[in-house]
Amino acid sequence: MEILWFCIIAFMIAMYVILDGFDLGVGILHLFVARSDEERRTVLGAIGPVWDGNEVWLLAAGGTLYFAFPLLYASSFSGFYLPLMIVLWLLMLRGLGIELRHHVDHPMWKAFWDSTFSIGSLLLAIFFGAALGNVVRGVPLNADGYFFEPLWTTFTVVPEAGILDWFTVIMGLVALTTLTVHGGNYLAMKTEGKMQERARTVAGIAWWGVLLTAIASLVSASAIRPEIWTNFSEHPWGYFFPVLGLAGLLGMVVFNKKKADMKAFLSSTAFIAGMLASTAFGLFPNVLPASTNPAYNLTVYNTAAHSYGLRVGIIWWTIGIVIALGYFTYLFFSFRGKVKVRADSEGY
Amino acid sequence: MEDALLLHRLQFAFTVSFHYLFPQLTMGLGLLIVVFKWIALRKNDERYNATARFWAKIFAVNFAIGVVTGIPMEFQFGTNWARFSTFAGGVIGQTLAMEGVFAFFLESSFLGLFLFGEKKLGPKGHFVAAFMVFIGSWISGYFIIATNAWMQHPVAYELATDGSVQLTSYWGLLFNPWVGWQYTHNMIGAVITGAFAVTAVGAYYLLANRDVEYGKIFVRTGVIAGLISTILVAFPTGDGQGKNIAHHQPVTLAAMEGLFETKEGAELLLIGQPDMEKLKMDNPIHVPNMLSFLTYNRWEAEVKGLDAFPKEVWPTNIPLLYYSYHIMVGLGTIFIAIMLVATYLLWKKTLFKARSFLWILMLAFPFPYIANTAGWMTAELGRQPWLVYGLMRTVDGTSTTVSAGNALFTLLGFLGMYFVIGVLFLFLVVKAINHGPEHLSPKH
Repeated sequence: MEILWFCIIAFMIAMYVILDGFDLGVGILHLFVARSDEERRTVLGAIGPVWDGNEVWLLAAGGTLYFAFPLLYASSFSGFYLPLMIVLWLLMLRGLGIELRHHVDHPMWKAFWDSTFSIGSLLLAIFFGAALGNVVRGVPLNADGYFFEPLWTTFTVVPEAGILDWFTVIMGLVALTTLTVHGGNYLAMKTEGKMQERARTVAGIAWWGVLLTAIASLVSASAIRPEIWTNFSEHPWGYFFPVLGLAGLLGMVVFNKKKADMKAFLSSTAFIAGMLASTAFGLFPNVLPASTNPAYNLTVYNTAAHSYGLRVGIIWWTIGIVIALGYFTYLFFSFRGKVKVRADSEGY
Repeated sequence: MEDALLLHRLQFAFTVSFHYLFPQLTMGLGLLIVVFKWIALRKNDERYNATARFWAKIFAVNFAIGVVTGIPMEFQFGTNWARFSTFAGGVIGQTLAMEGVFAFFLESSFLGLFLFGEKKLGPKGHFVAAFMVFIGSWISGYFIIATNAWMQHPVAYELATDGSVQLTSYWGLLFNPWVGWQYTHNMIGAVITGAFAVTAVGAYYLLANRDVEYGKIFVRTGVIAGLISTILVAFPTGDGQGKNIAHHQPVTLAAMEGLFETKEGAELLLIGQPDMEKLKMDNPIHVPNMLSFLTYNRWEAEVKGLDAFPKEVWPTNIPLLYYSYHIMVGLGTIFIAIMLVATYLLWKKTLFKARSFLWILMLAFPFPYIANTAGWMTAELGRQPWLVYGLMRTVDGTSTTVSAGNALFTLLGFLGMYFVIGVLFLFLVVKAINHGPEHLSPKH
C-alpha cells in the first residue's frame, strides 16, 4: 500500500512538472519570444485558461503527500522552510502577473506584470530543480526525522550543506533549461508566424543547455549518491525510465529541427517523465535520505499513515482523479489549436 | 521557544484572516451570480446577464487573490506546524487532499470557461459553468470546515503506538457532528458578505445617479438575499453552533459569554469589559436568564462559568475571545435590523428614493467582513489552548527546527506582500465599479 501511494505521489508530481512546467517555461520565454503587446497577450492567452488548473496539481500532490506520508510532509516542509516560503511568494507574484496584467490598459502596468511573470517563472524553475537536488543529495535529518537547512552555507556538498550548493545549483539549471525547451515547444505548438519561429529557435538553443546540465547532473549525482544505481542493477526493468528520458532528449532535438512541434512537445514531456521516474526509482524506498546517518533516512515505510486511511484514500482518490482528468481532457480539447488574440477581446 | 510559538501563531492568524477575506466573497458572490444567470435565463432579460458579467469581473480578481493567498495555508501546516502535521496528518490530510482533488480541479477548470466562454458556451452552457464554479467553491468550503471541525471536535480516530492519530472512519470524519452547523453557519455568513457587497454597489449607483437600472437590480437582489441570510445565520445555524460549543466545549462558551461564575438562570451579557485580574465583568449590561434559555431552552438552567474549570483548560486569550464573539453577534443583530428595514422600504416601493437609507446600505459593506473574521476568531481562540481539542496543545504543535528569527522573516514578508495585494485589489475593484456594468459585452 505504501508503494502504491509512493507511485501515486510520484505520478502527481510528474503531472505537475509536465503541466505547470510548460507554463513556467512559457513564462521564462515571455520577455524574449514575445515583443509587442499583441504577442505578449498571445503568450498569456496560450496558457491563460489552463495555468491555474496546472498549478492545482501541486496543491493536490501536496495534500496527498500530507495524508499518505504525514511525517515526510512535516519534515520536508519545515526543513525547507525558507525556500518554500520564497516559492510561495514567487507563485503569488507570478499568478498575479498573469491575472492582473489585462486589467489596466497602460504600457507601464503591463511591462511591470510581464517582468514579474517572467522573473517569477525563471526563479521558480531553478528552485524546483534545486529542491529535487536536495532530495537526491540528502538533508541533515535528526533522530526525530526533522531538519532545517539554511539557503546556503559554503556551496559545497557536505552534511551541513544549505539548499543551494554546487550540485543543487546544477539541478536548478537542469530544470531551468528543460522547462525553457518544454515551454518553447508548447509555444511553438500554440502560436504562428514570427513567434513560432522564435520559440523554435530558443528551444533549439536551450536544448544544448539541457544536454550539458543533464550530463553534469548525472555524473555528479552518481558521485554523490552512488546507491541510486542499486535499484537499477537489482531490477533491470527500471532501465525503462532512463531510456524513456533519453528517447525524449533525442526526440526534442530531432523534432525541433523537423518543425514537428507537437512531437517535440511530447518528447520534452517524455524527457521530464523519464528523468523524474528514474530519480524516484533510484531513491526508493527512501523518500528523503539523511546526509547525517543512513539510519535516519525517511522511507515510504517509516513516514506512511496507517493502512485504513491509505485504503480508503485509494477509493476516493481514484474517483476524484478520474473526474479531474475528465475536466482536463475537456478543457484542453475545447482549447485546442492555435491561439489568436483579437484586438477587441478582453481576456488576457 | 515561546517567541517562536507566538510568531508561528501570528503568521498563521494573519495569513488565514487575510486569505478568508476573499473566499467569503467568492462563495457568497458565486451563489448570487448563479441567481443572476438563472433570472436571465428564465426571464430572458439581458440586464441580468450584464449584471452577472459585471460581478464576474470583480469575482475574477477576488478569486485570483483567494487562490494565491490560499496556497500558503496548506503549506504552513507543514512549514510552521510540523509536529502537528506528523501527529494529525493521517486524519486531516484526508480532507485537505480531498479539497484539492474534488474542489480545486473543478473550480480551476470551469473558471476559465465561465470568465471567457460566454459566447462560445451559449446561455445555458454559461449558466452551467457559473454553477460549477459556485459548487466547486462550496465543496472546497466543506472540506476546510470538516478539517477545522475535526480540530474542534476530534472524531473517527485512534491513537497509534507512535503517538500519532490515525483515521478509523471515513464517513465519521466527513460527517463529524460538529460540521453541520459550522458549515451552514459559515456559508451563510459568506452569503451575507456577498449580499452586502452587491447591495452597496447598487446603493452607490442609485446615490450617484448613474447606471440606475442596474443599481435597482443590485439593491433589490442584494436586500432579498441579505434578509434571508442575516436571519438564517442567527437562527437556526448560529444557535445550533452555539449549542455545539455548549455541549462539547463548555469552558469556551463560558469564556465567550464572559461568565465567570457558574449560576442557574444565567444572564446574557450584551456589553461589558472582562477584568482578568479580578475575574469579573466591568460595566455589564445584560438580559436576565437569557443565556440559560438560549443554551438549554430553560430559563432556570444552570450554565457552567469559568470557575467550574481548571485554569489550564481556559482559552488563552479570554478578553479577545469575548470581544470577537460579541462583535460578531452585535453586528449580526444590526444586519438583521438593516435588512428588515430595507425589505420594508422595498415592499413599500420607496427604497430607491430613500437616500439616507441608501447611504447606510452603501457604507455597510465592510461590516460583514468584520463579522465573519470575528466569528472565525471566536472559533479559533475558543479552541485554545488546544490545537486539536483535548488531544494536542498548541504549544506542542510547532516546527521545532524553524527558529524564531526565520519565522519573523517570513511573517514580515507576508505582511509586505499582502499589503501590496490588498492595495491592488482595492484599486482594481474600484476601477471596475467606476467602469460600471453598462458597456460590458460578452467575452469570447
